[in-house]
Amino acid sequence: MQKALNIDPAKCTGCIQCELACSMEHTGSFNPSKSLIKVFKFHDQGRFVPYTCTQCAEAWCMQACPVDAISMDAINNGAKIVADSVCVGCKVCTIACPFGTINYVPDTGKVAKCDLCGGDPKCATACPTDAITFVDASSTGLEKMRNWAAKTDSGASAQA
Amino acid sequence: MAWTRKLLRVNLTEGTCTSEDLNMQWAQDYLGSRGLATKYLVEETDPMVDPLSPDNKMIMATGPLTGTCASTSGRYTVVTKGALTGAIACSNSGGFFGNEMKNAGWDMVIFEGKSPKPVYLMIENEKATLVDAAHYWGKSCWDTEEGIKAERQDPQIRVASIGVSGEQGVKYACIVNDMDRAAGRSGVGTVMGSKNLKAVAIRGTLGVRVDNPVEFLQATDAGKKVLAENPVTGQGLPTYGTQVLMNVINEMGAMPTRNFKEVQFEGAANISGEKMHEVRADGTKNLVTNAACYGCTIACQRVSTVERTHYTVKDRPQYQGASGGLEYEAAWSLGSECGVDDIEALTFANFICNEQGFDPISFGATVGAAMELFEMGVLTTEHTGGIEMNFGNAKALTDCAELVGKGEGFGKEIGLGSARLCEKYGHPELSMSVKKQEFPAYDARGIQGMGLTYATSNRGACHLRSYTVASEVLGIPEKTDPLETDGKAGLVMAFQDATAAVDASGLCIFTTFAWSLEDIAPQVNAACEGDWSVEKMLEVGERIWTMERQYNLAAGFTGKDDNLPKRLMKDAAKTGPAKGKVSGLDKMLPEYYEIRGWDTNGVPKAETLDRLGLV
Ligand code: SF4
Repeated sequence: MQKALNIDPAKCTGCIQCELACSMEHTGSFNPSKSLIKVFKFHDQGRFVPYTCTQCAEAWCMQACPVDAISMDAINNGAKIVADSVCVGCKVCTIACPFGTINYVPDTGKVAKCDLCGGDPKCATACPTDAITFVDASSTGLEKMRNWAAKTDSGASAQA
Repeated sequence: MAWTRKLLRVNLTEGTCTSEDLNMQWAQDYLGSRGLATKYLVEETDPMVDPLSPDNKMIMATGPLTGTCASTSGRYTVVTKGALTGAIACSNSGGFFGNEMKNAGWDMVIFEGKSPKPVYLMIENEKATLVDAAHYWGKSCWDTEEGIKAERQDPQIRVASIGVSGEQGVKYACIVNDMDRAAGRSGVGTVMGSKNLKAVAIRGTLGVRVDNPVEFLQATDAGKKVLAENPVTGQGLPTYGTQVLMNVINEMGAMPTRNFKEVQFEGAANISGEKMHEVRADGTKNLVTNAACYGCTIACQRVSTVERTHYTVKDRPQYQGASGGLEYEAAWSLGSECGVDDIEALTFANFICNEQGFDPISFGATVGAAMELFEMGVLTTEHTGGIEMNFGNAKALTDCAELVGKGEGFGKEIGLGSARLCEKYGHPELSMSVKKQEFPAYDARGIQGMGLTYATSNRGACHLRSYTVASEVLGIPEKTDPLETDGKAGLVMAFQDATAAVDASGLCIFTTFAWSLEDIAPQVNAACEGDWSVEKMLEVGERIWTMERQYNLAAGFTGKDDNLPKRLMKDAAKTGPAKGKVSGLDKMLPEYYEIRGWDTNGVPKAETLDRLGLV
């Protein structure tokens, strides 16, 4: 079964534990500036939105890469993975991606994007409020469906 | 590791920024943040210095856990000699500023001297520059933060700044970061203003490392689980914030009302955490959501709006968005202390405190004192510029907030703080303060331990130096009788020392509703070199406390300043469970001195100093 990150911004408190877990996993230090998931704060609205790569089926970045450095990891939930040994740092993928979720890293001279941590995304584990979960890729809408289902009239109220 | 081992020294007189190695022996003895910064201040300044002179220094400091993934690890501390108190000042703030300083590679920044003209400090990792801030002088904290981010085209910069009140010398000005988090008390923003330092802006991308990452992740995970499962940190604080206390404290008759004349407020329910959840006439609620500081898995912050039809914001769209909402202390000081129960007016006044950078506790309590002086006829509309300063007048409260924010008219008087205001008008006994710092929201007649807490607090009256409310009200770690004085000396000392250690680590004190040092020491131990046991943490806490005491004694304070206003010692509570009670400070204080190893004048004995390595 393929799994996907599922993000529910309404549950996010803006604590950025996801960014800390991501940067620790990928760089060995706590460094939000290096996190591949970002939490955006809309101060005047009191809203927080975690945002990262959705692993597009036909990924723009993968299509655009002139040296085929980005490939699909079929075993790992279809994650699009950057091979550092192949990437030449041309940044064409960063232009191609409509969502901005693949970025150049000056320290390494390569691009970096979410790789789903080899099938165990650390952001989802770290999230204290379940705003980020890692669920069946074909049922990311399940919780929303359940919430709406709960609102449908029960037989009792229909009779009343 | 955990410490970056580097400090930045900024000489504002000379305009220089230099990097220095951190004194690692001191780091082992004082841990970080509050402890380590105070050690530097003690070593480098004369305690008799005028707080507003260039010879006073101001230190912004992180702890070893700041910037890690430990829950609540975003905090930083401002240490200086306080403008309000003339005592050691140490104000702590959350948000996302402390972690950014750490990520830029600095454990602390020491500011000395005074800039010849307004400047802000820009830190980009190892690069630090003083930048002209003439165009921000006269601007609010909000405009300054937004302006610097826009000017530098980097929304990821974190900013801590002072508002107009800090520039104008309001005695309780604070330093505001991330729009609505503040190093709030004792006038640390006033000191910053006296140095012509408008703001500190930081962008850090170096990463924060810990000594033993595997052990650290285990220890911090275990800690987070404890926070999540605890009813206060897992449920109460996220749902109601600190406002969870409003109805509880009022019912137990420990809610100071109308400048401490009474101990219960008839309007408490109207300004409570529950009220913030109620749907208003226009279908919205005061509370928009809760929110977290950096790395915090509790998320106690309130994000609120003022009802759009309210007189304060009706024609002013800039105040109609969401911003930091009422915490319990502010709801009390702006509300019950002034007899005002209009929660929208309180929320607005709180916005202004954040926007212009002044402490809502001291502000509200000073308005409360002014209201009493007004009702006595000592202050008249002549003094107030026409404001009818009666208790309960919401408009008077919000007008005063705006005037303090602009440093205009009667705002100048309110900006003095209650001690100087009451002194000026011939009634020093009406200032509800210790060491000129106003009380927070717990009456010492109904919660006896808090009387000793206030009287002995090194930074002037404060709840965050030993929050015995946890034990006396909530039963954490065990229940003690709030009306009893027996055993409170030991309780206060234990809380004071543990709190100093928690502050020094870089964590938020709210974790201690669920965590003891047994939960915290393993996190510090995994992050830092050295052996960090519970015993060592406590020893460090006691050392910090005693060092602060020594500073104050050298600054001219004596045991006589370990005192409470007459009102709490002589006028008994009139209603509620504490009816007939006054503070039993006289019973607790001698015992406190004794167990602290201080003489009968409150001076630490030679053997105590020797034991703590403070000679
Ligand atoms: S408990 Fe509240 S104040 Fe403390 S770090 Fe968390 S959100 Fe900030």
